[in-house]
Amino acid sequence: MTGPEQAPPASDRLIGQAGQRQVHLPLRKAFGIALKGIQVRFWRSMITAAGVLLGIAFLAATLGQSIIESHQPVLNEQGLSQAQLMVQKQEAQVRQVWLVSMSLIVSAVGITNSMLMSVTERFKEIGTMKCLGALDSFIVRLFLLEAGFLGVLASFFGFTLGFSGSIIAKMFEHGWNVWRYLPPGEVLRGFVWSMTAGTLLTVLATIFPAYKAAQLPPAAALRSEI
Amino acid sequence: MSNGSKNEYIVRTKGVVKEYTMGGQTLQALKGVDLDIRRGEYISLMGPSGSGKSTLFNMIGGLDRPSQGSVFIDEVDMAQLDAAELAYLRCRRIGYIFQTFNLIPVMTALENVTLPMIFAGTPSEEAAQRGIRLLEIVGLGHRFHHKPTELSGGQQQRVAIARSFANDPAIILADEPTGNLDGSTGTEIIELLRRMNKDRGVTVISATHDLKMVDVSDRIVYIRDGLVERIENREDITIHLGEMAGAGGLAH
Ligand SMILES: Nc1ncnc2c1ncn2[C@@H]1O[C@H](COP(=O)(O)OP(=O)(O)OP(=O)(O)O)[C@@H](O)[C@H]1O
Ligand SMILES: [Mg+2]
Repeated sequence: MTGPEQAPPASDRLIGQAGQRQVHLPLRKAFGIALKGIQVRFWRSMITAAGVLLGIAFLAATLGQSIIESHQPVLNEQGLSQAQLMVQKQEAQVRQVWLVSMSLIVSAVGITNSMLMSVTERFKEIGTMKCLGALDSFIVRLFLLEAGFLGVLASFFGFTLGFSGSIIAKMFEHGWNVWRYLPPGEVLRGFVWSMTAGTLLTVLATIFPAYKAAQLPPAAALRSEI
Repeated sequence: MSNGSKNEYIVRTKGVVKEYTMGGQTLQALKGVDLDIRRGEYISLMGPSGSGKSTLFNMIGGLDRPSQGSVFIDEVDMAQLDAAELAYLRCRRIGYIFQTFNLIPVMTALENVTLPMIFAGTPSEEAAQRGIRLLEIVGLGHRFHHKPTELSGGQQQRVAIARSFANDPAIILADEPTGNLDGSTGTEIIELLRRMNKDRGVTVISATHDLKMVDVSDRIVYIRDGLVERIENREDITIHLGEMAGAGGLAH
C-alpha cells in the first residue's frame, strides 16, 4: 500500500516503518516487458516455439487424418459382410484414439522440454530481478505472459501446418473429394483442441519451473550457471 | 526509538552461521560472524577464495537466510520481514553489484537502469530522466540504447553501478566488482564507487581480492574460514604499507 512518495534520502531509516511493502506492478508493465522479451530474444523464442509448433503440428496432422478417414467412403474390395465392416471400423477408431493420445504425449514431452530449457537458462535473470525488487508473483506473471504469447502463436501455426499437411497427403488418395470428408464442425473442434492443448501445455510447462525458480532465495538462483 | 549511538550502525550481524548441506555432509561457510558497519563507511571484505565472502554478502543483502544468528539492517532483524518487505528492502534500500555484471541481456543500458525504478513504481518519464542522469554520472552518457552485449566489461559494470543507484539506496553491496575486469578498468570502477560513496553518503560493502580496494576503504574486514579474522582501519593500513615499503627499502 505504498504511495509513490518521494524516496527518503539515504540517511533516513531504512526499514522498520510499518507498511513498507513492495507493490504489485500493473499487468500492463509485465505485458510490455514480456513482449519485449520475446521480440529481443526473437530467434531463441522461435526455437522454443518451434518445439511447441512441431508438437501441435503432429497432433493436428493426426486429428486431420482421423477426421478424413472417419468420413471417407468405405472401400469394400474383398466383399466383406456388414458385421465384418463394423469390426473393421471399430478397430480403425481404436487405432485413431491411440494415435491421437500418442501424439499428445509426444507434443507434451517436446513442449515441456523446450519450456524447461528456456526457464532454466534464465535462472540468473530471475535472481537478478529479485535483487532489483521484483516480487515472486511478478516473475511468474512475466513468464506466464511470455509462454502464453508463444503458446498461442506456435499452436496456431502448428495447427495450420499439421492440418493442411494431412489434407494434402489425403488429396493424393481422394483428389478434391477430400473436402467433402471434412465437416466444418469437426475441423473447428480439432482447431480448438490443438490450440487448447498447445497453449495449456506451454503455460503449464513454464509456470511450474518459473514458480519454483521465483521461490528460490535469490542467492540460489544467482548461483546457477548454465 | 532511534538513539544516536545505536543508529550509527547501518548493518549489524550477530553470530551469523550459514551451513550448506550437500549429500549428507554439512559445511559451515560462516561460523558465527559478528560485524558492525557504520553509516557511510566504505568496507572491503577480504579473504582467500572459499572463505565465505559471498556467503556473507548474501546474508547482508537479504538474498539468503542465515542458519543461525541475525542480520540487522537499521536495527531491524531481517528475519522478521516477509517476502514483500524483503523485496521492498532490496528494491529501494540496497543496490547490488556483481562480479558478472548481471545486466538483463534483452534490455538496453537505460532499460536496465530504470528497471528497479519501475519496480519502485516510478512513472516512466521520471525514471528515464533519472536513468539518463545516472548513466551520465558513471560516464556512459552516450550509450543509453546499447545492449549489454554491445558494451565492454568495464562499461557493463558502469551500467550495473548506475542501476544499483537507481532508487537512491543507503547501502551498496558489491561482490568482487572488479573480478572480471583488467587492472586499469578495475581501478576506474573502484574510483567510481568511492566517489559515489563520498558524494552520496552511501555505505559501500565490497567483497574483493583486489588489493587496490585497500586504498579506498575506510576499514578492511579480513575473513578466513567463515570467521572475521581481524578488522583494520584505513590509517593502520597506510602505516602497514609504509612499513612494508620501508622494510623493502632496507632489504635492498
Ligand atoms: N550454495 C552452496 N552450496 C554449497 N556450498 C556452498 C554454497 N555456497 C557456498 N558454498 C561453500 O561455502 C564456502 C564459502 O563460499 P563463498 O562463495 O562464500 O566463498 P568466497 O569467499 O566468496 O570465495 P571466492 O573468493 O572464491 O568468491 C565454500 O566452501 C563454498 O564451496
Ligand atoms: Mg565469492
